[in-house]
Amino acid sequence: MNAIVFDKVWKEYGDHVVLEQINLEIETRSFVALVGPSGCGKTTFLRMLLGEERPTRGSILVDGVPLKAEPDADRGVVFQRYSVFPHLTVLGNVIIGREFEMAGALGRLFGRARKQAEDDARELLAAVGLAGQEAKYPAALSGGMQQRLALAQAIMRRPKVLLLDEPFGALDPGIRSDIHVLMRRIWNESSLTVVMVTHDLSEAFELGTRIIAFERPRSRPEELERYGVRLSADIPTPPPTAPLLPKGATITKDIEIWPKKVAGSPGVLTRHGHSAPRS
Amino acid sequence: MRAINYRPDKTWRLALAFLPFALLLLTYIIASDIRLTENPNDKLLPSFAKMGETIDAYAMKPDTRTGDYLLWADTSASLTRLIAGLAISTAIALVLGIVVGLLPVMSATLGPVVAVLSMVPPLALLPILFIVMGLGEASKITLIVVGTSLKLIRDIALRVEDIPREQLIKAQTLGASTPQIALRVVLPQILPRLIDSVRLEIGPAWLFLIAAEAIAADSGLGYRIFLVRRYLSMDVILPYVAWITLLAFVMDLSLRLLQRKSFPWFAEARTA
Repeated sequence: MNAIVFDKVWKEYGDHVVLEQINLEIETRSFVALVGPSGCGKTTFLRMLLGEERPTRGSILVDGVPLKAEPDADRGVVFQRYSVFPHLTVLGNVIIGREFEMAGALGRLFGRARKQAEDDARELLAAVGLAGQEAKYPAALSGGMQQRLALAQAIMRRPKVLLLDEPFGALDPGIRSDIHVLMRRIWNESSLTVVMVTHDLSEAFELGTRIIAFERPRSRPEELERYGVRLSADIPTPPPTAPLLPKGATITKDIEIWPKKVAGSPGVLTRHGHSAPRS
Repeated sequence: MRAINYRPDKTWRLALAFLPFALLLLTYIIASDIRLTENPNDKLLPSFAKMGETIDAYAMKPDTRTGDYLLWADTSASLTRLIAGLAISTAIALVLGIVVGLLPVMSATLGPVVAVLSMVPPLALLPILFIVMGLGEASKITLIVVGTSLKLIRDIALRVEDIPREQLIKAQTLGASTPQIALRVVLPQILPRLIDSVRLEIGPAWLFLIAAEAIAADSGLGYRIFLVRRYLSMDVILPYVAWITLLAFVMDLSLRLLQRKSFPWFAEARTA
């Protein structure tokens, strides 16, 4: 079962073709890493997947249904910056997903529901290595801790798909490798499909089950406007096929990682996110 | 050492801060002394002793005609108008600013009209307000509201738009509805910034208040200053001006303290 299907997707801004003829199927539980040079449309691709941008042509299907035109709780996201709310404590940042889900227009939980949400949030925070930091504000956390918090916050809402937009790009190498361990655990122990944009190839190979490279096949200045980015590498599929319409950017390579990584069975992390019975 | 690298320590900083004040006072005392030795009845630069007597008469003794303590009666009349005006203006600006900043439809509807109306000089509207609403409290409070709210609305709307796009997307991916985003993401982040905006509007609010009181009132700090102007009573005007300045300064300071106390995350996020 393919979770996400891109069917001949084009994205243009006015005359400027950003992405052209993107055909892609992303399987459930895969960890897809999108790589490519700056400005090649990786982030545009992710924004379309978020529902923040609409494709100019073509369609995106999630579980066979066209993607909603706005972001929703099916797809969680972690950005490089500004992912957490600066006015909420660490605990408040994790609880807020539950509050949006279960409370009304005020978006606040009280009494037992809040206690339950707090307990779940604490458990989740401990799992991402933020035990004891609950009362701090994000500004008091290091960059790595803020991204751990952002991950916990996203997982609390139990998305089917987790989108990562260069989430670890601003972190020091040591901290980055620690958070890679956490990321792999989250992917293994929850039922997530992950799509990650990165400019770090080693990160892509370390975490991804599949690497997708974006590239502009034509880069002469006069061609830049009219020809977009194609997928240039998609490793398990045959080498780049002859372009049907020689225009923008497409997937050119799609790389399957060897040895094959298989997602584990749901464990600690999902259980924490799931614990509020809604009966 | 280069001048740009010389930083005064705490004591020096305090002393330097007092220096201009001391110089101003000293200049006044000398100038006043020169004029008074020439003409003991000079009214332009009264001595501090004279001003002390006047303050005593206005603040500590009831007025022979009305029985009020004039300074306190004026202060309470003016502050009531000022605070009522600023409170109404802030409430309007908070609601409309968030609505305009957050909803593209409302921004398209109200943005241009707010931008145009905020260019109308409020004092030019004062005669209209007096004609329509009479000379009572309502027209003065309305002038303050008209004079400050439009700028506040634009300011708040801009600050709402300054909230990183990522945060609004993030809230949506956590399943938040529009009211939830407004109440849980935007409002709490706007409140400390609102305090900054209101602080900047204290000055204009006083300006509009004193202008309105100067033209038509029977009490108030602005009314008193313009009343005694006819008798060249600088011994009343100068202490009143100092008192108004002090009130405005205290309002500014208390808003700053309120911001620091109520929004501890704000200072942290601003320095980070």
